[in-house]
Amino acid sequence: MKPAPFVHHAPRTVDEAVSVLGEVGHDGKVLAGGQSLIPVLNMRLASPGHLVDINGVAGLGAVDITPEHVRVGALVRHAGLERHGGAAAALPLLRQAVRNVAHPAIRTRGTTVGSIAHADPAGEMPSVAVLTGATVEVVGPSGPREIPAADFFTGPLETTLAPDELVVAVRFGRLPAGTRTWFTESARRSGDYALAGVALVVTLDGDAVAAARASFVSVTPVPDVLDLTDLLAGRTVGDLPLDAVAEAVRAHVDPESDIHASADYRRMLAAELTRRALAACTTDHTEGAA
Amino acid sequence: MSTRQFGERVQRREDPRLLTGNGRYVDDLGRGALHAAFVRSPHAHARITDIDIADAWELAGVEAIYTWEDLDGRVADPLPVLIPHPAMTHARTGHCLAKDAVNHVGEAVVMVVARDRYVAEDACARITVTYESLPAVVGVDRAREGAHLVHDDVPGNVAANLRQEVGDVDAALAAAPNTLTLELAIERSACMPMEGKGVYARWDADEGSLRLFSSTQTSTGVRAAVAAKLGMPLAKVEVVTPDVGGGFGVKIVHPWPEEVLVPWAARALGRDVKWTEDRREHFVSSAHERGQLQEVTVGFDDDGRLLALDVRFWHDNGAYTPYGIIVPIITATQLLGPYKPGAYRVEFWSLYTNTVIVTPYRGAGRPQGCYAMERTMDAIAAHLGLDRAEVRSRNFIQPDEMPYDQGLMFQDGRPLKYDSGDFPASLAKLKDLVGWDDFAAYRAQAEREGRRVGLGIGCYVEGTGVGPYEGGHVQVETSGRVNVATGLTTQGQGHQTILAQIVADELGVPIEDVHVTTGDTRRMAYAVGTFASRGAVMSGNAVALASRVVRAKALRIAAEALEVSADDLEISDGVISVKGAPGTSIDLKTVAVLSNPLRYAFDTSAQAATQFAGTFDPDKPPVADDDEPGLEGQDFYSPTQATFANGMHAAIVETDPVTAEIRILRYCVVHDCGVMVNPLIVEGQVHGGVAQGVGGALYERMVYDEGGQLLNASFMDFLIPYASEVPTVETDHLETPSPLNPLGIKGAGEAGTIPVSAVIASAIEDAEGLTIRSMPISPAELWELRRQHSPDPVTAQEGPR
Ligand SMILES: Cc1cc2nc3c(=O)[nH]c(=O)nc-3n(C[C@H](O)[C@H](O)[C@H](O)COP(=O)(O)OP(=O)(O)OC[C@H]3O[C@@H](n4cnc5c(N)ncnc54)[C@H](O)[C@@H]3O)c2cc1C
Repeated sequence: MKPAPFVHHAPRTVDEAVSVLGEVGHDGKVLAGGQSLIPVLNMRLASPGHLVDINGVAGLGAVDITPEHVRVGALVRHAGLERHGGAAAALPLLRQAVRNVAHPAIRTRGTTVGSIAHADPAGEMPSVAVLTGATVEVVGPSGPREIPAADFFTGPLETTLAPDELVVAVRFGRLPAGTRTWFTESARRSGDYALAGVALVVTLDGDAVAAARASFVSVTPVPDVLDLTDLLAGRTVGDLPLDAVAEAVRAHVDPESDIHASADYRRMLAAELTRRALAACTTDHTEGAA
Repeated sequence: MSTRQFGERVQRREDPRLLTGNGRYVDDLGRGALHAAFVRSPHAHARITDIDIADAWELAGVEAIYTWEDLDGRVADPLPVLIPHPAMTHARTGHCLAKDAVNHVGEAVVMVVARDRYVAEDACARITVTYESLPAVVGVDRAREGAHLVHDDVPGNVAANLRQEVGDVDAALAAAPNTLTLELAIERSACMPMEGKGVYARWDADEGSLRLFSSTQTSTGVRAAVAAKLGMPLAKVEVVTPDVGGGFGVKIVHPWPEEVLVPWAARALGRDVKWTEDRREHFVSSAHERGQLQEVTVGFDDDGRLLALDVRFWHDNGAYTPYGIIVPIITATQLLGPYKPGAYRVEFWSLYTNTVIVTPYRGAGRPQGCYAMERTMDAIAAHLGLDRAEVRSRNFIQPDEMPYDQGLMFQDGRPLKYDSGDFPASLAKLKDLVGWDDFAAYRAQAEREGRRVGLGIGCYVEGTGVGPYEGGHVQVETSGRVNVATGLTTQGQGHQTILAQIVADELGVPIEDVHVTTGDTRRMAYAVGTFASRGAVMSGNAVALASRVVRAKALRIAAEALEVSADDLEISDGVISVKGAPGTSIDLKTVAVLSNPLRYAFDTSAQAATQFAGTFDPDKPPVADDDEPGLEGQDFYSPTQATFANGMHAAIVETDPVTAEIRILRYCVVHDCGVMVNPLIVEGQVHGGVAQGVGGALYERMVYDEGGQLLNASFMDFLIPYASEVPTVETDHLETPSPLNPLGIKGAGEAGTIPVSAVIASAIEDAEGLTIRSMPISPAELWELRRQHSPDPVTAQEGPR
């Protein structure tokens, strides 16, 4: 389990990184926290000739909070985001979700942006990105561009990112006042990739639901949003049509069977987790608690 | 007065070193050595038609490439069958490198030796092996069908068929008022030590000698095997076992192909060579265990007493049988647990499949046997509407029936005769610990809260401490340092602590002065190995006996020096003194000086000894005919039979009514391993065992597809429970001393693992009201079982709400 030979590049700036990526083209890979890439290399499932290690690139390590966004730089580790009080206050869903990513050791090294770039349908943060209407900030040979999260993910481990592009940050959208969020998942072992998971955003108007959306982990080929507003709008907390919501989830998700669970089980699980999340989210009075 | 160490909760002396990263494992050794890597078969069953290594030779840093054709002498022969058995009519073993054909994914085909592991793996990637694939036999069902054969010359894929019968089972079954038949399945798991295998060979060309470091459970076994394979005198081969990061059985198998090839290559190249197994290799080229299909027919009276037990099972032994049929033999015999079965017949078929070999894994066949027996006990209780603990208790062997001969032949070829145990007392303790009699109320309360809980139980007896022998060597240096050596190896069990406790007490020295070496053939040439929960029983008694030899000699010399009778002396804190007259004394280290007539006054002890120089008899030699210089001694412990430990576990589980997630709320163990040398270490062993048992019950399985590919050969998909999945283990002990050995101890190493699958199956069944016939079980499988059992067709389709 040793990787095939590769050239290690250690650019210091975004421009340098992008120019190396441009030179090596399809034979290059960005190395961030390495928590997904290094296992792939060690098992020789991929053998890129060039690794563009961005860990020394200046200016990618910040979490910035604006009235509209929480902007997470490409070198912010999962653990850094998890601990970031400002981010948790501005958008509680970030902390609720990121603490479900893997184990502390992996969160210490792995980056949130890296997990979005990696686009694993079992990843928590891609799901949060689409649910919050995030924007992926990219720099390529022809300069910066922005990709809405909804257009970013094209398939399992596939995105619209070009090989010579670097994601420099992801801006997660903040939610309107009166919004509660919830994240829950079920994994075989604590910290494992989930069998199914759900992120939930519910905006209340007094005691009644104004809007509600959900996105899922491990049960859809790409993270996408299920809008529950039609089902829930105007209904009061404590009198929500949970069965109908569960039914909508069952219809929405499209899980696959694997050695850990059948597709049927995962479908049931996604529906049940959503039902429980909705009940908890609307009855728990600490906003966004989980 | 030294404090007595035996029986105390002495903290593990090895931990500070290991926990601060100062352990020394095989991979920590051999800087500058060449590294080996292997091209392994991607096919489960295939003929090798061509091997092209030309490309690999192009690579800078490649030192050697070997295929079977390159092997010479006995290295080219098939690997040995370690433990032959008359019933094993078709033993087959592989070669160090595959010859003509491969029989499982992962079998080594080509060995590359290179500057480092990176280059070695690059070279492997450039080697092209052409295969002609053959139909793969995967799983017990396919194997026993026999439509395809793993080995052409093994009809029906049957390696061995063994039947034992006590009493007339057919007659007893025919006469029984009640009979039940259970079809049971249990899946493969594996030892999965955190440190895989590893070998490092140093060849000394000047001496023509070999020093081999191996992560093994038997250094003496590896030494003998390697000497024989390489055609070397035993005296020229040393095997040292450095720290070993777990074994659990897989490292008792020897010699592994790599254990032969690495030293062979070192000699051929005149260079140090090492190989460190990686996790992927460990999954596909080490060993697995547990996979069996079982069929139990039981006859019993209306009180639930066993009248006859008829067991047939089919054991998946993988592609080869280097370790013989120990595992199914243990299943067949230890299945009986603490019970009297009435008439008993057991027959098994050990079957070849195109999968990784099957050799003992902690519990070694017992978890399967216990599972069969305990599922049967629960089925009887359900059938008669009786309490499950009560049914068990009615079938117990009673304390006054000990020693109890089950009438079968055990794994060591000796009678299956239980030496001691008090099963009713153990059960009483367990019921107390888990609150057996209050469970109905607990369940009712849980139900009111919308929760679903269940209580499970499982009992077992474990033959431990099998022979033939283990040795101890104890030496007192003139500094007072006590060196203890035993030949069996250690993999983290705490031998450095418990053996030192025993010696400290036997010799009367502070434990700080005692230093224990294990698994080093330079220090103890005769040893068997660490398996079958035998470390404490075998080496514990051996070092005790050796200490007694040294103590007797020390007292004799001291008696002469002090001019008193040896009977009047005692040793405490390293000082020998006259009982009741502590002023008249001599230090043990001074006695060590006196024991050697060559007495340069190099150290303070030697200088102090001169006052005892006495007068010598010019007619006698300085060392008497029946004496030896030095204060040291050796002895071996060799028992007539195994000691039988036992235990009973109970668990409370909760299952989610919707998602079928399974949580262990409580896990209780009552454990009887005879006299405990160190309860802290016994409990640690039990906890670790339960953790592995929980893995086998709820998480771990080897998922092979029909073509023989292992689909989950990584820690991402082979689910070893994390600390977060292992329940707190509550323990209580019973100590019924073994009458068989001087210390009265029995083994404890495997106990925790044995009944866990049985206990968890029992608890889930109790929670769910479903019958569980297959383990392990995942939430998705439990959910599926519920669907199948649901009377409501809508729910059956959609899953229960
Ligand atoms: C045992 C284990 C358990 C795990 N469990 C989970 C889990 O439960 N949930 C989960 O979501 N993840 C899990 N992970 C993965 C972890 O979250 C990774 O950190 C994450 O997926 C990738 O982030 P990284 O910084 O390590 O990226 P890397 O491994 O360095 O890169 C991953 C991929 O993304 C690309 N990439 C990374 N950053 C950029 C960038 N800025 N621009 C362009 N491309 C980029 C790389 O080229 C590569 O293709 C687990 C990992 C391990 C080892």
